[in-house]
Amino acid sequence: MSSTGSTTAGRRAAPPHRGEEPGSRGEPGEPVLEVRGVVKEFPGARALDDVDFTLRRGEVHALVGENGAGKSTLIKVLTGVHRADEGEVRYRGERVRFTKPSEAQDAGISTIYQEVNLVGLQSVARNVFLGREPRTRLGLVDFRRMNRDAGALLADLGVPVDPTRPLRTLGLGTQQMVALARAVSTDAQVLVMDEPTSSLEPREVEVLFATMDRLHASGVAIVYVSHRMDELYRVCDRVTVMRDGRVVHTGELAGLERLELVRLMLGRSVDARTERSRDDGQTSSDEAPVLEVDGLRSGTSVRDVTFSVAPGEVVGLGGLLGAGRTETVKAVAGALPVDDGQVRVRGSRLRPGRPAGSLRAGVAMLAEDRKTEGIVPGLSVRENIVLAALPRLSPGGLVSRARQDAVVETFVRRLRIKVSSPEQPVSELSGGNQQKVLLARWLATHPTVLLLDEPTRGIDVGAKAEVQGLVDELAAEGLGVVLISSELDELVRGADRVVVLREGAVAGELTGALVREDELMSVIAGAADRDGARACAGAPDGPAGGGTSTGPTTSRTTGGAR
Amino acid sequence: MSERRTPAAATAARPPATDDGEAGTRRDRAGSTGPGRRSRPRLRPGWFQDYGVYAAIVLVLVVALVTTPGFVSLGGLRTQLIQVVPVLVVSLGMALVIGTEGIDLSVGSVMAVSAAVLPLYLGYGAVGGLLAVVVVGVVTGSVAGSLVAFVRVQPIVATLALLVGLRGLATVVGGGRQTQIINPTVLQLGRGEVLGVPYVVVVAAVLVVVVALVVQRTTFGRQLVAIGGNRTASRLAGLPVRRVLVTVYVVSGVLAAVAGLLATARLGASTPNTLGELLELSAITAVVIGGTPLSGGRVRVLGTVAGALLVQLITALLISNDLSYATAQMVQAGIIVAAVWIQLGRRRAS
Repeated sequence: MSSTGSTTAGRRAAPPHRGEEPGSRGEPGEPVLEVRGVVKEFPGARALDDVDFTLRRGEVHALVGENGAGKSTLIKVLTGVHRADEGEVRYRGERVRFTKPSEAQDAGISTIYQEVNLVGLQSVARNVFLGREPRTRLGLVDFRRMNRDAGALLADLGVPVDPTRPLRTLGLGTQQMVALARAVSTDAQVLVMDEPTSSLEPREVEVLFATMDRLHASGVAIVYVSHRMDELYRVCDRVTVMRDGRVVHTGELAGLERLELVRLMLGRSVDARTERSRDDGQTSSDEAPVLEVDGLRSGTSVRDVTFSVAPGEVVGLGGLLGAGRTETVKAVAGALPVDDGQVRVRGSRLRPGRPAGSLRAGVAMLAEDRKTEGIVPGLSVRENIVLAALPRLSPGGLVSRARQDAVVETFVRRLRIKVSSPEQPVSELSGGNQQKVLLARWLATHPTVLLLDEPTRGIDVGAKAEVQGLVDELAAEGLGVVLISSELDELVRGADRVVVLREGAVAGELTGALVREDELMSVIAGAADRDGARACAGAPDGPAGGGTSTGPTTSRTTGGAR
Repeated sequence: MSERRTPAAATAARPPATDDGEAGTRRDRAGSTGPGRRSRPRLRPGWFQDYGVYAAIVLVLVVALVTTPGFVSLGGLRTQLIQVVPVLVVSLGMALVIGTEGIDLSVGSVMAVSAAVLPLYLGYGAVGGLLAVVVVGVVTGSVAGSLVAFVRVQPIVATLALLVGLRGLATVVGGGRQTQIINPTVLQLGRGEVLGVPYVVVVAAVLVVVVALVVQRTTFGRQLVAIGGNRTASRLAGLPVRRVLVTVYVVSGVLAAVAGLLATARLGASTPNTLGELLELSAITAVVIGGTPLSGGRVRVLGTVAGALLVQLITALLISNDLSYATAQMVQAGIIVAAVWIQLGRRRAS
């Protein structure tokens, strides 16, 4: 447990029992789970490429990386969901080859998923002992013992709940604790936690962490997957960073700067500075904003978001996965319920939770998931394009082909959508062309604000450049654009300003000359050092809020940083 | 989330994604130079899935011509057309509901309620009876639609409840017995004809044309198909999803009620205890055989007509060859399985 010794000042609150007697589970520090040279291929992609990973007894090991980096695949190999194509997994010194999840579980490797994976209608106790219920001599389920044991187990974890209650009547956090109790009751040696806090309230997170500390103290090794920097530094000893199916870094977490960690995840060096191609114009300052988002709160992912967009301005939304960017634009577009705060378009307030209303007010959103939230697969290119504008193009509720064809022709030409005919089924198009079809759908509604959520994800390089160019053009025509991208250079290249979200709140804002990759990275990382402070210092001079008094945006930065 | 999908699911879900740029451009180029080259290999399976039902009708007629003298005659076919009318009219509404990824099991019972209510209002003349029938359809359809759209009950459950409840209601309203229809207009509707075509067939034909136009040429029709194809995307595109859903069930209810009227007129008697029993299954069969997928996103009105006709012809052909109705039912089962199997082929191909 050399790691804990080197805890640097205040990086994380040391758990009470850390470094004490490891209990009966063997020496701390010796590897309990080892992965050597594992390769896993899926059709068309190498998800894991020669991955080495070592989990030591009694450590909390952070596994981080952007979406698609291979974390989930690695976890699935560890827990028996997938089998490795090459390489070996050693558990407690022996080579293992789990063929199904229950084998891994029986061996002592338990997994807690992001979403609670239990039976909501059944009692807490049944869930804890699902598949391993205590039996009476007659072979029937011994409910009394089961309830008693489950109650004791949960009380031991600091969650006193009635074990006979149906699971779904409990809060999400408590359900997560039940999942944890289940894992503990199997006498797990290794606990894999895949973003366990993503759906929890802050208070529930505390309970979870306290429980983790206890487990940790008793010598259980934990693999912890999360995108939340603060959590990682608080609970983890070591970290493994994955990118594109490879492990790019493994080491102590305490000595690793946040900025460096983000850099490892995103795979860029700070020196790589892509200057913005657009002018550092005076685009935004004078005109009244087309979109104002004020104190927006929605579910657990959007806690407090405030920003505004001026006509002709491209505002980037930066942040790591799970920072609440997608949820923010969805709430603005009416696709998610709004719990607090308001959204104004051209000064008039939007009724939340109504996509149709938002659309009428001039807000169009290009959703992140093209397949499930965009394309209507059975319809033609033409029908997909006119879908949102259909009422406007259909006088008296009767479809007018002439009007449709005019609109479709305009956009097919302008966006250079490659189709053999507008009647071609949209599902036959390539990803890039499908994306253009969706863009055309929203432009056909004549929006004043365009929300683009990862507009270039999964499309080829040529189409990507075209889409990016188009966004510039549209902004030049006076559209207000909100751009979400996980690619830093795309944000830096395309946006006039970048608002950075962290854990559902605005963490900082970059304007003018400060829209650079290195600055962006340091705000995303939430670095408490001078880099972050400098990035924030630039903001108040900038045209934040387009003249209106949404000022706190910038001052909040320093609050988060210190 | 996509990260944790199984590889099989991931590839199945987006076939073009793996060869995104390449295949896309190749495809497009081929498309622009000449669509023939690309579409030819897909032609055969696609053709069979789209037009197989018509081919099957022709096949049945040819078989009938050879084996069963008198079956393929003006009089014989006329009888088949008359008999198919109630199922056909109900199937039209069913096709719309299925197009939204729903299902309406209540249609047979709605027919019965309609038949039960009809004699009560014939005192106000034929128009009064017709109005009462339409009201039955609107009310039952609104209930089903509201349960589905607002209460978010699954369509199969919501309409199953109505299937049971409305059958009971029909028996109560009809007093549990058969009532003779004496209104001359209604009887004329059932037995009369114009230029040799029975009125009921004319009404059915008009309804087919109207529904086909609604699907193809109205915003409602296009929105219905879009909602069935991708409900989330439709909601995000600002479509009035709930309004469309309620309307679809209302249309289905009204068509079922009208079918009840036509059947009653043809019989000359209101038989609410038995009218329309198991008819919902025949309607679903017709829709599925006609090429409307149960997964929604596509409505084939003429295919549905053909599907209804096909089942009718096969059944009639078997019976006129002295096979029992029970045998016909078993053959019908075979047709359903075959139709769904062919549909699956379509999904695999695309």
